[in-house]
Amino acid sequence: MRAQFVLSEIGVGLRRNLTMTFAVIVSVALSLALLGGSLLARDQVSTMKGYWYDKVQVSIFLCNKNDAKTEACAGGAVTEAQKKKIKAELDDLDIVEKVYYESADEAYKHYKEQFKDSPLVDSLTSDQMQESYRIKLADPTKFKVISSAFSDRQGVQKVQDQKDLLENLFNLLNGMNIAALCVMALMLVVALLLIINTVRVSAFSRRRETGIMRLVGASGFYIQLPFILEAAIAGLIGAGFACTLLLGGKYFLIDNWLQEKIPLINFIGWDAVAQVLPLILAVGMLMPAIAAFFALRKYLKV
Amino acid sequence: MIRFDSVSKSYPKQNRPALRDVSLEVERGEFVFLVGSSGSGKSTFLRLLLREERATHGQVHVLGKDLARLSNWKVPQMRRQLGTVFQDFRLLPNKTVAENVAFALEVIGKSRGQTRKTVPEVLDLVGLGGKEERMPGELSGGEQQRVAIARAFVNRPMLLIADEPTGNLDPQTSVGIMKLLDRINRTGTTVVMATHDQQIVDQMRKRVIELEAGRLVRDQSRGVYGYQH
Repeated sequence: MRAQFVLSEIGVGLRRNLTMTFAVIVSVALSLALLGGSLLARDQVSTMKGYWYDKVQVSIFLCNKNDAKTEACAGGAVTEAQKKKIKAELDDLDIVEKVYYESADEAYKHYKEQFKDSPLVDSLTSDQMQESYRIKLADPTKFKVISSAFSDRQGVQKVQDQKDLLENLFNLLNGMNIAALCVMALMLVVALLLIINTVRVSAFSRRRETGIMRLVGASGFYIQLPFILEAAIAGLIGAGFACTLLLGGKYFLIDNWLQEKIPLINFIGWDAVAQVLPLILAVGMLMPAIAAFFALRKYLKV
Repeated sequence: MIRFDSVSKSYPKQNRPALRDVSLEVERGEFVFLVGSSGSGKSTFLRLLLREERATHGQVHVLGKDLARLSNWKVPQMRRQLGTVFQDFRLLPNKTVAENVAFALEVIGKSRGQTRKTVPEVLDLVGLGGKEERMPGELSGGEQQRVAIARAFVNRPMLLIADEPTGNLDPQTSVGIMKLLDRINRTGTTVVMATHDQQIVDQMRKRVIELEAGRLVRDQSRGVYGYQH
């Protein structure tokens, strides 16, 4: 096997088919960038889940005097006796890890902190805020127990599981992820068809050479190798672009923009990106090579 | 060298078989003309020898191998012991004469040193010494066919298959090509040549095999082209 000969054949083939090669590179790059992006998005969601589920609480909002007109608080503001009873019962439950009490004043303080830029801050007073119990559960999935025990209680306005709010967000993210995967699958099909077509055109434009190669007894492998390597090289270049896009996305989009805008969220690190890149490169190289192999079987049989 | 045992070949979608019950034997070192009108089965005969096709019935033995039992991946190895020459030369127009011949060695993985040594030798043999760096387009038809013969012979094959090698050449040039093929034959290489060229066949007085509508109708040593029935 003479490497130089094979390499020069590949060079000739890639140049002869420049436009098709370019199309293959672009479509492979886009589909693999989408693949990498959705893999990273999945990582992101699970990091966020871990981070937030740790902090979620179940909140029992108690009625204040302004809530009297709502159905749940028909009995008027919560009384001291009701509060004590709820607290005692919560302390008795095994699944409750910790209970904090948040007074109306504290709630007002938190509210002011959170919305300090909003003009609405001044329109509220502390006696409009609700008192609440913030409960940390030993097992966050056992929310239903708290909800069924306390939501119909006198003096309780509402039992809210913050996990529900997060779940909606994560479902949205997952949905977007699935959509990205579908787009990726379609792009991948386009890329595959392009590769198969490119290889066929390439094989056709070199049928004189391959015909002579067959006649003088070159092995099938030797005849196919330049075409397969051509596809693999184009795919690898595409995968390289995909990796560049992912690294650029991590640097510009996440580190320099999202991280500053939303400091609350724990974004994926470089290690997660680094884990995805080899996969992208491997897929980018192997997929076109295999596609080329099957495309050639029909065209270059002995 | 070659043995056909009641070989038939039919192609799909054609009701008339291209070869019908052909049996013959060609010994090592023979020179054989294959004659017959167009469509008589000459091309099929040669394609069977090269194992571009497989016989529908019967057995084809080439170089001691039963081609029906030869697995696909062993076919290249077998073809390295054959040389092939065609009417249309089949040279690579963007490679020089020397590169065209070297191509045959490169693609079967011969070393660079071996190629550099063998190519000038074989070009001298076919009478193209000094024209190594010319492009095929700059050569006459006869010279192009010599390049093709050089390429076919560079591996020193046991068997040379020529499909109307003089079909595109004028009579005088054809005589030169025939002399060259004769010389190759004298080195011990078996030559099977399909042709329409009556003059050449009559002059050479070699074995003649005639096909007609896929049947072997004549096998004559020291024969002539036209045979009066």
